[in-house]
Amino acid sequence: MSEQDTIVAEDAGRDVYDELPDAPPKSRLRLSWVGKVSAAVVALWIFLALFGPWIAPYHEAFFIEEDAAGNYFDDPSFMLPDASVSAYLGTDYLGRDVLSRIIWGARTTIGISFAATLLAYFVGITLGIAAAVAGRLTDAVLSRIVDAILAFPNIMLGLIIIAAFGSSIPLLIGLAGLVYAASVFRIARALGQDIMVQDFVEAARARGEGLWWIITREILPNAAMPLATDFGLRLVFVILFISSLSFLGLGVQPPISDWGSMVRENMQGLGNGLSGGALASITPAIAIATLTIAINLIVDDISAHAGGSLAKKMV
Amino acid sequence: MTDTSNEPANVLEVHDLMIEARPHGAPPIPIVKGVSFDVKPGQVVALIGESGSGKTTISLAALGYTKPGLHFSGGEVLLQGEDMELVSDERKRQLRGENVAYLAQSAAATFNPALKIGEQVTESAVLHGAMTQEAATQRAEELYRALELPDPDRIGGRYPHQVSGGQLQRLMAAMALVSRPSLLVLDEPTTALDVTTQIEVLKAFKKVIQEEGSAAIYVTHDLAVVAQIADHIVVLYGGKVMEQGSAEQIVTNPQHSYTKRLMAAVRPSPVAGLGDSMAGDHLRDVPALEVRDVTAGYGKGADGKPLITVLRDVNVTIERGHVVGIIGESGCGKSTLARVMAGLLPASEGEVLLDGHALPPSVKERKREDLQLVQFVFQMADTALNPKQRIGDIIGRPLQFYHNVHGRELREEVRRILDLVELPAVFADRFPAELSGGQKQRVNLARALAARPEVLLCDEVTSALDTIVGANVIELLKNLRDKTGVSFVFISHDLSTVASFADEVVVLYAGRVVEKGPVDQVLSPPFHPYTRLLIASVPELRVGWLEETMQTREALAGIARGVTLTDVGCPFFDRCPVAIEGTCDKLTPPTREDQSGHGHYIECHREVVELGGAGATAPA
Repeated sequence: MSEQDTIVAEDAGRDVYDELPDAPPKSRLRLSWVGKVSAAVVALWIFLALFGPWIAPYHEAFFIEEDAAGNYFDDPSFMLPDASVSAYLGTDYLGRDVLSRIIWGARTTIGISFAATLLAYFVGITLGIAAAVAGRLTDAVLSRIVDAILAFPNIMLGLIIIAAFGSSIPLLIGLAGLVYAASVFRIARALGQDIMVQDFVEAARARGEGLWWIITREILPNAAMPLATDFGLRLVFVILFISSLSFLGLGVQPPISDWGSMVRENMQGLGNGLSGGALASITPAIAIATLTIAINLIVDDISAHAGGSLAKKMV
Repeated sequence: MTDTSNEPANVLEVHDLMIEARPHGAPPIPIVKGVSFDVKPGQVVALIGESGSGKTTISLAALGYTKPGLHFSGGEVLLQGEDMELVSDERKRQLRGENVAYLAQSAAATFNPALKIGEQVTESAVLHGAMTQEAATQRAEELYRALELPDPDRIGGRYPHQVSGGQLQRLMAAMALVSRPSLLVLDEPTTALDVTTQIEVLKAFKKVIQEEGSAAIYVTHDLAVVAQIADHIVVLYGGKVMEQGSAEQIVTNPQHSYTKRLMAAVRPSPVAGLGDSMAGDHLRDVPALEVRDVTAGYGKGADGKPLITVLRDVNVTIERGHVVGIIGESGCGKSTLARVMAGLLPASEGEVLLDGHALPPSVKERKREDLQLVQFVFQMADTALNPKQRIGDIIGRPLQFYHNVHGRELREEVRRILDLVELPAVFADRFPAELSGGQKQRVNLARALAARPEVLLCDEVTSALDTIVGANVIELLKNLRDKTGVSFVFISHDLSTVASFADEVVVLYAGRVVEKGPVDQVLSPPFHPYTRLLIASVPELRVGWLEETMQTREALAGIARGVTLTDVGCPFFDRCPVAIEGTCDKLTPPTREDQSGHGHYIECHREVVELGGAGATAPA
């Protein structure tokens, strides 16, 4: 070994060697092209939900009753021939413009789901963090209640409550909010427990910080990213839940348009072929699919960026 | 490609290797900038450098692997003539199983806790079809024997949690060696271990590498460790080779200024008198912090006592402006003691006194002024700083909280404190992730200093840092002590760091204070047998130290055994070379004072005089 000479690199003779950074800085979030397309789709639906009433050709409850000659239709259902006004996607089983109802429906479906998810997050995070921070008893009581809620199939729980109280939009929001608060609780509690045992929280405790400061300044900022990502997924579940209830006729009540109920109302048109009214049922189904899939793809992009760590925390 | 006809073919040849990071939409960042070295059969080559020097990246290149985001951008890595940058994934898999094996830093993270050890050790050889299960099991048992693992016939049937950390580290070596690879890549395999365990593992590695005749790449930042095991040393900085040569040459006669700097940062061996001697003028009437007869532990038992008692009857006094070092292996209660002082873990018995008045046991009951005076500095700056807060907010918070400083004044004060820990003022706007390990540790210290404390509790603040960075932090701590007059409780398992910084030393073993006193007293005879073991275990920067140390009585009796917490007798009984059967295992040892009268106490059944001469392995 010793016959090998020492090889020395050119030595500037300096005695200052800067401390080397541990890793190259992280890159900013960039969406893949799939993510970009998805973002465009979601943005379109949100735009329609916000400004739909000014864009849609007709009101959601407007019946096309007359043909071009001014005579009333005998049977005003599905793809009225020679209608007095044009309906690009045809009409539904009562002769209402499908396009207008889809646009109005975006407002109902997305609005209710968004409000319900917000409610679920407010309740779920508050109680979840409380369970993570407070003593064992609080945690046990809250967790068992949540277990009980999660033990019911969502739809069944929905059926029972709607059967008891009747369906209305505030009830739907409350119901979906409550049902999904249970799963948000689980995530918030897990994240909270994870962060609670970190040294920086212990440092805050050693400093003498109060609980409120620890929750709002130490825990929540670190839970925000995974929770925000999960918000997207939870929104998808709520959209599907509300749509399912509407499909069963328990959700949004006529004449308000809603994608889930549109699918059900126009089921009989499915057999008539594309030109005979199938579109009235297929279009809302496509609307639900594009919105939920697009949200999912965006979430996928974000969690891929955050690495496996984020995906693991999500249930 | 290169002419190797007149010498034995090298196991690994690295020529002008270049690796770069390719972040999205940004120009590539070179990580490894043209590195060349060879590994001959049976040779151990050490790659040494700080974190960020590219040493791990280079070692992984020997397996044809780059971490996500990194790409080969030039040069070649020839493993027995095959370029690992070019071979197909299929072939790579084959080579990785049979010709090259990788040992990660943490054995605990490598083993699957749900599977038996033997299964995991043999898995890769069997999976690659190199051996039958029986042959592999037999081979594994040979290796257990070669690695001097206890009970080699049956250890394979245990689960990972049933063996000690040092044993697990050796079992991982067995896992890598089962299929007889010609090259072994070891990535900091002893960095996370206690000094005593480190020796045991180093010795086993050295022996098995010699017996197997396999070549190895040994990645570390610790020059003293390298001197024990490597034949050839490659010194790296910023992805470039600074200097390479035989271990003897590099250790005895370094050429490059960076290597010299590395050598200077190596912990000096703990010899008496290195530390700052007791300066009597610091002494005033009441000590800054005092721990009296504290017993503490975890869990809640029936009679109000803890389920697991970690600390027993601990007495420690911290005089004003003094640095008290607390040493011991992991599991001895060092951090528990600091947590009792800070109130994070209420003591079940005894009390903590600040400036002469007793503090409530729990942090929740302590007054804000008392909390302000005792500040805790956590071991891992990575986790102790909230990643979502800017440095300025992190340091500013104690100022707001304790001293009600706001607005412009707060910014000024933060800038002043950053300056105190030798960081530029612009760091106030950065997030912790944008700082290096040593810089984060400085912020960690700055936050504690911002409270304007009287006592700083430093829990292993240099353990997670590289040698050079750690030495810089110690230098900073010394300056801070001189500038601020703060008292320090300095916890470390690294005796040499404590020796260079502390005024007094407290040696903890299994939750008991076995020896304490001024640093120069404790580190010169007479020693408690445990202190002697600790001193003997600190690697010295010379070739051949390992073999010598293994011959000492302390090493033979005490190394390769773990800490056990006991209720009766002396906890060190089972590792002690001078234990008295029938006494030490039955009776709690008395506290004896050294005649010198400097406050040097030893808790032992042996007379102080007996400990003075017995089996002395005088440090060089």
